[in-house]
Amino acid sequence: MVGAEDVTNPVAESTKGIQTPPAPPTNVTAKDIPNDKGGAVTISWGKSADDGSGAKNVTKYEILRSTKRDEGYEVIGNTVAGATSFSDNAAENKVLYFYKIKVLSPTGTAESLPSASTFAKRQWFNLSRLSLFILSLVIGFAILYFIERAKSEKGLFIRRIAGLEAVDDAVGRATEMGRKIIFVPGIMDMDSMQTIAAVTILGRVAKLAAEYEAKLEVPVCTSLVMVTCREVVKEAYLNAGRPDVYNDKMVYYVTNDQFAYAAALDGLFLRERPAAVFLQGQFYAESLILAETANSVGAIQIAGTAMPTQLPFFVAACDYTLIGEELFAASAYLSKDPKLLGSLKGQDVGKFIFLLVILIGAVFLTLNSVLGLNLPNLGRLF
Amino acid sequence: MRREVPLVLTAMVGITMIIAHFIPPFNILKDLFEDWFFIIAAFAIYLGISNLILVNGDKIYKKQKGWPFGLVVILGFLVMTVIGLFFSGGTSFQDPGTPFYYLYMNVYYPLSATMFALLAFFVASASYRAFRARNVEATMLLLAAFILMVGRVPIGYWFSDWLGDALGKLADWIMDFPQTAGQRAIMIGIALGVVSSALRVILGLERTYTSGE
Repeated sequence: MVGAEDVTNPVAESTKGIQTPPAPPTNVTAKDIPNDKGGAVTISWGKSADDGSGAKNVTKYEILRSTKRDEGYEVIGNTVAGATSFSDNAAENKVLYFYKIKVLSPTGTAESLPSASTFAKRQWFNLSRLSLFILSLVIGFAILYFIERAKSEKGLFIRRIAGLEAVDDAVGRATEMGRKIIFVPGIMDMDSMQTIAAVTILGRVAKLAAEYEAKLEVPVCTSLVMVTCREVVKEAYLNAGRPDVYNDKMVYYVTNDQFAYAAALDGLFLRERPAAVFLQGQFYAESLILAETANSVGAIQIAGTAMPTQLPFFVAACDYTLIGEELFAASAYLSKDPKLLGSLKGQDVGKFIFLLVILIGAVFLTLNSVLGLNLPNLGRLF
Repeated sequence: MRREVPLVLTAMVGITMIIAHFIPPFNILKDLFEDWFFIIAAFAIYLGISNLILVNGDKIYKKQKGWPFGLVVILGFLVMTVIGLFFSGGTSFQDPGTPFYYLYMNVYYPLSATMFALLAFFVASASYRAFRARNVEATMLLLAAFILMVGRVPIGYWFSDWLGDALGKLADWIMDFPQTAGQRAIMIGIALGVVSSALRVILGLERTYTSGE
């Protein structure tokens, strides 16, 4: 272990002869990164006394590694001035390593003393996620149990979701007005659950549009979403018995860029003046730009997202909004499939567990505060 | 087969991703699957580009409504692609000094900033509609918004300074307690919704995305 007094490190050297080298970093420590697949060590150090200002101001740190304490050090990476840690992600498991930090400045270089030896190792279970694992198991089993039970249970209750009830009205309105329905499935790719939920709703909207012979347009932000939406819309038209009305150009790619996409859609809304606009999926800053523009042309708007930061914008600007979990419940709600409805009941069990934990946690904290007890803080479990 | 294979693949990948979240050695597979996704997405961009050119080219050819916009799209795409590929001056095309960088900083960047800046006006118009006191809930929203807006600006401090910055403290209280509680309730619902949807997808109950019923 190197102390603060080691700034006059004997290994410090000058690369320019008469110039004074910077002070070396101190307290170099190396530790295996916990709860990982192995192969990684995190190195921490105290900044050089010359890091920040002065003629010897540090320009960068180099990280050196060796399997022997006093020789054979090689540079494995570098960081900018001001940094105090580095992750060595190329360590071999169960091999002892020593680390040194070399500091570089215009006046020369200096090396710290080596760290104590350490080695990377693989963990077979991420203990920091134990409570999450248990909770996931309980909720997962509750969902599976209710899915299984729902197969034999008839008439599961699901509360009315106004935004989904309004889908039929929106499509009907577009048909009567002879204007387009524009469906926007968010700006993220198919790896987002919100996009998958949006595509599910698109299936329903497309089927209704096919039955009513309403004009549907789906401008998308990524190629994979385009391909998926195209398949879903095509299938919906087929199921509605109107494959003749389907056209590949109904679903088309615009751009991957967030604001260019928003600009293109704004233009589309203003030119086409659609009767109905569906904004479903994952949105960011463009949410309000889209919703307000569609509102300005008098379109009925049904939005849905699980982005808490965008929900207020949709609630303010749209006629109907699917708030958070309602977006994910859409497929069960629209299909009324008992198995899907069963999964919603499993979700309710999860909500009950959360409610219970929050209540007990609040009571414990209140008792700790008022009576000076030492009951556990449940918030730390998660 | 056309539907079964994607369902089986989805289930396999989904289960592996869940396991990898708790058992670190499985991260090798998780990283592998993520790499595959990016490779597929990278190839898929060609589908997007070809679609962009086809749709807009067709619009221009048939002189459909809004065809000049299609022309701008195709010209913009071609200019950026050609300059990025062939006029980078032997350096990385994003480097300062290259023609691509010049166009990026002087055309693309200001245009994006303009779109983003529109938000300021849209926030005002949406707030105006949302804050109209039509019923009890909207009136409460109006009150909360008024306290927050006034409590977070210097003039609010100036008004309520003699009360020990009461407006500022009330604004903080609204943000720290009712707002946080509401937001967390929504987030818990979202988290459970994602778990439930993911299980439905993995089990093959949810299959609209594969164009199945």
